[in-house]
Amino acid sequence: MTKSELIARLAARNPHLYQRDVERIVGTVFNEISKALAAGDRVELRGFGAFSVKTREPRTGRNPRTGAQVAVASKRVPYFKTGKDLRDRLNKEAQRAALAAAAQRK
Amino acid sequence: MEGRSITRADLSESVFQEVGLSRNESSDLVEVILDEMVEALARGESVKISSFGSFTVRDKGERIGRNPKTGQEVPILPRRVLVFRASNVLKNAINGVEGSSDDE
Repeated sequence: MTKSELIARLAARNPHLYQRDVERIVGTVFNEISKALAAGDRVELRGFGAFSVKTREPRTGRNPRTGAQVAVASKRVPYFKTGKDLRDRLNKEAQRAALAAAAQRK
Repeated sequence: MEGRSITRADLSESVFQEVGLSRNESSDLVEVILDEMVEALARGESVKISSFGSFTVRDKGERIGRNPKTGQEVPILPRRVLVFRASNVLKNAINGVEGSSDDE
């Protein structure tokens, strides 16, 4: 599913909204999450998951081609931890599929 | 670490401010967005949000794990995990880099 497919689904579920508004709503949600992370804040969406920012320490790397040492500055990386409900959902579906496949083999 | 924690309520408030729907409707819509994403992921689809990032479902095979306390071997059943890959736009924004290159 892409962002435009998400927008289309949302529009279908909310026929009273203008397409333009649905686009703005979706844009706002992801934009706010990005802004929060850029500010170093955490975004916690119970049941879905949590976005946070981790700091990678500066290190000396090597150019794999020449072997020369290069200083790699510290940097911040976004991190997502899947929420419990979502993790369970993913696995419930997977188990169901596995069971169905096993049943078919019999 | 430092910093605040943003929740659904904050996202709803932003939608309310930006789009001008009622507070109730704004929070319903935030919920529906997450719900649609969850449904797609549960179907095994990946979710790609341009300039934000992508969520992919990965199948992990069965393996033998060990209870670290007792050292006893326990089978870890095959399972599905979710992987989030941030887009370059998001990575750059987090590192304070302006005018990011290639969107995905």
